[in-house]
Amino acid sequence: MSDTHAETVAFVRDTMLPQQEPPASTVGFLGWSKTNLFTGPFNTIVTVLCSVFIVWLLWMLIPWLLSPTWNATSLGECREFLVAAGRVGEHGASGACWGVIRERWIQLLFGFYPADLYWRPILAFVLLFVALAPVLFSDKVPGRLLMFTMIYPFLFPWLLWGGTIWSPICAALGFVILFAGVKYLSGVIGQLASIIVSVLAAAAWWLFVSGAVQDALASILPLAIQSVPSRDFGGMMLSITIGVVAIACSLPLGIVLALGRRSDLLIVKSLCVGFIEFIRGVPLITLLFVASTLLNIFMPPGTSFDIILRVIIMATLFASAYMAEVIRGGLAALPKGQYEGADSLGLDYWQSQRLIIMPQALKISIPGIVSTFIGLFKDTTLVSVIGLLDPLGLTNSIRADQAWNGIVWELYGFIAVLFFIFCFGMSRYSMYLENRLKTDHR
Amino acid sequence: MTDTSAAVTDREIDRSQMKVSDEVAIEIVNMNKWYGTFHVLRDINLTVNRGERIVIAGPSGSGKSTMIRCINRLEEHQQGKIVVDGTELTSDLKNIDKIRSEVGMCFQHFNLFPHLTILENCTLAPIWVRKVPKKEAEATAMHFLEKVKIPDQALKYPGQLSGGQQQRVAIARSLCMKPRIMLFDEPTSALDPEMIKEVLDTMIELAEEGMTMLCVTHEMGFARQVANRVIFMDQGQIVEQNEPEEFFNNPKSERTKLFLSQILGH
Repeated sequence: MSDTHAETVAFVRDTMLPQQEPPASTVGFLGWSKTNLFTGPFNTIVTVLCSVFIVWLLWMLIPWLLSPTWNATSLGECREFLVAAGRVGEHGASGACWGVIRERWIQLLFGFYPADLYWRPILAFVLLFVALAPVLFSDKVPGRLLMFTMIYPFLFPWLLWGGTIWSPICAALGFVILFAGVKYLSGVIGQLASIIVSVLAAAAWWLFVSGAVQDALASILPLAIQSVPSRDFGGMMLSITIGVVAIACSLPLGIVLALGRRSDLLIVKSLCVGFIEFIRGVPLITLLFVASTLLNIFMPPGTSFDIILRVIIMATLFASAYMAEVIRGGLAALPKGQYEGADSLGLDYWQSQRLIIMPQALKISIPGIVSTFIGLFKDTTLVSVIGLLDPLGLTNSIRADQAWNGIVWELYGFIAVLFFIFCFGMSRYSMYLENRLKTDHR
Repeated sequence: MTDTSAAVTDREIDRSQMKVSDEVAIEIVNMNKWYGTFHVLRDINLTVNRGERIVIAGPSGSGKSTMIRCINRLEEHQQGKIVVDGTELTSDLKNIDKIRSEVGMCFQHFNLFPHLTILENCTLAPIWVRKVPKKEAEATAMHFLEKVKIPDQALKYPGQLSGGQQQRVAIARSLCMKPRIMLFDEPTSALDPEMIKEVLDTMIELAEEGMTMLCVTHEMGFARQVANRVIFMDQGQIVEQNEPEEFFNNPKSERTKLFLSQILGH
């Protein structure tokens, strides 16, 4: 400002200033560390203390992780390997015993699934990503793949449980009946009536007809793959199965519950509030016990209802109650003007929900929705308390083996890493999605 | 305070298309509305003929917004009768959606859909309500975006536009439904002075084409130049209505005189 003159008030700039480089100490790594790590004495002390702690932690952890016990076949052999390598501290041999992971990792992944059929869950898992791709990355993947996404829910259980190919086809036929009914009847008897009739027709098909049709078709053309009973399911495969199905079902159910809770219709509203509050007020373990034991009491004698299916239903209901509240938060965050904007254009309730309200409410709720997903996926380990062999359930049976009795850290560490990969993946995806959907340019 | 009744445009307004016909567009008879126990609209009687340009003025809380929001049922009235384009507003959802698709509305805060582009904002309702093919809807949308002079912003999101541009998009969005009546609820109240002019210009052009307009606004210059009738409301009632010339130069009621002296800052 050397060209301002203190003695006069009037000022006219005669030369415009050119753009200049910022001072060197504010850019690059130096500038970054100065603003983020060493601003003032307090931050400098904190930075130094944290660095020391991290170095100390790695100093302790890395030698334990790098232990030459990969080929050991028992805990005792691990100790011998460690002693031979001279890794003896004051508390005896120190170092992880990785032999248990080498010997049992496949069991931690697949439980007691028949070894010659491992390709089936692997294929189902790979196809899962193919089916998810058009949903998760709708801007990069061709929309035609959505056809496969619609087939996948029927393919997935068939690949895992096996059996005749006619059962997934008959299950899918029920949905065909449902949609065809709504599509063609709504012009004849009105929308609401056609929905009710179609739902009843589809339910009748599933409950009474499809079983017989399925048997008949199977006797004519016996196309089947070897069936695997639910008790052989286990490990990460079980967790992923329960997690994926419950996640996929809890989101739509949660949306319906959230809309129901905000509805003006008293009965709908009280049903939804009652359901949400009841489910949220009860621990998941209680619901799982109900699924595993009590449900059989209420069922007509002789009906057998697959235990994994029962657990999936309970996990879905549990997650959907939380989901409903997360989505309700998103709905409440939308300004009233969005509803009025949609109304003033003549959109009806479902159109405005689908096109205007939900896309925005779901976008706002992404962090909460993904948190619920992650929580649900981790909660699948609770099924070990009702005797299903998820990874945590399997650790008990591995420790029951004489050779590995007493091993803890390595097993839990391995399982933790497996879960972390999935949960971290979901969390990163949610951040990607938030970025992609950012249109407000704040 | 600036004189808000100063002319809003320097150019000559083309009045050749501005014709008030005998056909009734909106008829409100003895309409009453309560918020809980608060009597917000009292005995409203109003007949709007096709081609009329009506400005509704009044202090805040006088019920002017509520009144025009009753016309497309964003607010529900409890007594009396509202007939829009020959269809009476009842709780029948079919009638309501029919009227809403024929009556365009612009809001103070635009209420554009932030997750859709400008073009998608304009084509959404024609595609889903009128069942117009996408290509045709896009052509119509571009036509109206050109009319409000922002076709080059079509692929941007509302958040990237200025307030004035957003309000013009909102007008274009309403026009895409080919409405026969347009309601404006304080369309310029949230805008900077420079942007007010661009929005008012768009509204003037709309008036020149003979659109039936009901406009709640504090822009007295617009009322003087464009309106054929000015309505003054206070305490939920229509206090005075007249042609703009008479209304501004020769107000009858004491309440109107007070209001005008305050708003015009004489």
